[in-house]
Amino acid sequence: MATTALRSAARPRTSLYEWLTTTDHKKIGILYTISSFVFLGIGGLLALGVRAELAQPGLQFLNESTYNQLFTMHASVMIFWVIIPFLAAIGNYVVPLMIGAPDMAFPRINALSFWMVPFSGIVAASGFFLGGAADAGWTAYPPVSSIKYSPGPGMNLWIVAVILVGTSSILGAVNFMVTIFRMRAPGMTLFRMPILTWTVLVTSVLVLMGTPVLTSALVMLFIDRNFGGAFFDPTLGGSAILWQNIFWFYSHPAVYIMVLPAMGVISEILPVFSRKPLFGYKAFVFATAAIGALGFSVWAHHMFTTGSVFLPFFSVMTFFIAVPTGVKFFNWIATMWRGQITFKTPMLFAVGFLSMFLIGGINGVFSAPVPVDYAIHATYWIVAHIHYVLFGGSFLGIMAGIYFYFPKMFGKMLDERLGKMHFWLMYIGLNLTFLPMHVLGLAGMPRRIADYSPTAGWNDLNLAATIGGFTIGLSFIPFFWNVFISLRSGEEAGDDPWEANTLEWATSSPPPPWNFDRLPAITSERPLFDARHGSAGKDHA
Amino acid sequence: MSTGAVATTGHGAGHGKKGLGNPVLGMLLFIVSEIMFFAGLFAAYFNLRTATGIWPPEGNGAFELHSEILFPAIMTTLLVLSSVTCQFAVWRIRRGDRQGMNRALLMTVLLGVIFLIGQAYDYTQLGFGIADGVFGSTFYVLTGFHGAHVLGGVLMLTVCLYRGGLGQFSAQHHDMVEATSIYWHFVDVVWILLFALLYIV
Repeated sequence: MATTALRSAARPRTSLYEWLTTTDHKKIGILYTISSFVFLGIGGLLALGVRAELAQPGLQFLNESTYNQLFTMHASVMIFWVIIPFLAAIGNYVVPLMIGAPDMAFPRINALSFWMVPFSGIVAASGFFLGGAADAGWTAYPPVSSIKYSPGPGMNLWIVAVILVGTSSILGAVNFMVTIFRMRAPGMTLFRMPILTWTVLVTSVLVLMGTPVLTSALVMLFIDRNFGGAFFDPTLGGSAILWQNIFWFYSHPAVYIMVLPAMGVISEILPVFSRKPLFGYKAFVFATAAIGALGFSVWAHHMFTTGSVFLPFFSVMTFFIAVPTGVKFFNWIATMWRGQITFKTPMLFAVGFLSMFLIGGINGVFSAPVPVDYAIHATYWIVAHIHYVLFGGSFLGIMAGIYFYFPKMFGKMLDERLGKMHFWLMYIGLNLTFLPMHVLGLAGMPRRIADYSPTAGWNDLNLAATIGGFTIGLSFIPFFWNVFISLRSGEEAGDDPWEANTLEWATSSPPPPWNFDRLPAITSERPLFDARHGSAGKDHA
Repeated sequence: MSTGAVATTGHGAGHGKKGLGNPVLGMLLFIVSEIMFFAGLFAAYFNLRTATGIWPPEGNGAFELHSEILFPAIMTTLLVLSSVTCQFAVWRIRRGDRQGMNRALLMTVLLGVIFLIGQAYDYTQLGFGIADGVFGSTFYVLTGFHGAHVLGGVLMLTVCLYRGGLGQFSAQHHDMVEATSIYWHFVDVVWILLFALLYIV
């Protein structure tokens, strides 16, 4: 099914000019990927700075002020400029292909969305060179983020940058939704869409309804800091709790924004490497929608200890939201059950996702009962939880997606041996880093501290976590080497190296501009399986 | 944008043939995000207003906006009128009447500009600023961001007017006018809420 481009470019351009001005969703997807890896490097170095400082008690490398900037910018960069854009990268590249569309609905807005990401990231990071980056934590609670306690320009730059990157997400969400609603190929009904497309759709709804609320909070914080506003300053009649309410109204759904597309990636990979259809397709779709809906009713579980939220409601809702996630786990496990599983690198990362996200889910539910939350609030338990969800969950899902879609993006296979080395180093490293943090949290170690008492009994576990952190850093060496040699001399991938089910594998690797010159008939959610096996496969689908 | 797609895929690839056009659907979804943005500001307003107890806060006579309601009421009328002229522009172009659309768009732009000038004038007349406690902060942030949206709407209408002057719209192809008018109505509705909330209730 190789496809050739029928139209050549109108006039010859340099390839750099072509990349800088492209509106092709595939090139924009690759640009998103590159930008995300650059910011991953920045966010990763910041994290290693934090871990180096915490390796032993006392202040060795940093002072408290720098330390505050490091953990603030680590979290901000990883959330806003790594995980969310990485998922946008995968969505951008794959969704139009999956639904048989020639491009996104608004290709130029798509390019705008992308270019806002690196520019806003530079704005946020420029604080380091202009007298100090943001240092109030990524949650930017007033009064810590007020002009009095965070007087530098970094906080203002951070606010502007997060508004910009949020606007990029909103435009992207509109684009995804119009694309998915309006540009599906004939036969591609909503309930034949690949799960990844569904998760991108639900994520777009969350972005559309959550991100602008964060923008409103940031606007008010900016007014407070720079124009004497009174929104979050109790001494002027404002309310610091108000910030937390508005901030978490976005930032809790943001957790699902960061994990749903990764769940979608996993749901594409597990069936392919288990040689079975996804178990319970519709249950999975409804579970995704349920997570999206419930996601807006649990924000105050971040605020139990403020004493000013209705505890029983938010506690119960937090328990409820574990239910659709549990449904998905049964989907995934039943998909693998009695399948012919092959552990290629994407599958390893996918199974890694399952195991790590399971821990992240369980230690999250631990925080739902109010009394337990009172004990572990703002301790390293929370740090452990968020990293099992966002690193063990989202990021392993992203890496699974990159190994899975790399052959489609570049027409070359990645090396399996290096890929497995990458996986095991990262998997061991991340558990060595974040597992001890549970114990540290239960032992009472608070988050966001640069120093701790040598007699607190936290030395060994902190050292272990630091070693784990550097192991994670090390794991990227085989990955980047793998990308480098595979692009140069990797095995040719062909159209469909994994014998997959969905439309993106029906075109050449890499696909031509406008993606397809013909499409297989779409009569189920696995059109390529049907094309390979004829009607025999229909009984299983 | 992606018109070449149909030719290369030979499928039509699900391009909009029925229902809303892509730009109109895109605008509707974008307005959802705008509603949520204002919802955040409104939530802050309600939260701070109820927490304050007596509203407007005592001690500053300038907070008594009831007493100077005439001018904002006139501005409100003009903005509502501009929504009517904007919708009139849409109805004209749906019938292929380019001249009528251009006239109605021009009226809408003028009314929008008058509203903005009026708001700027009103700001100079108010006896309080953005730094005057929660009342000043909420008032200026709510009306200020509304004004910014009016400005955005005026710019979009101006582009429509410019393109209308070039004769780029027809009864079949005028998605931009439709989308802009939806946005303009949204801005109008937000103002009606703000007027009721800030000046009357």
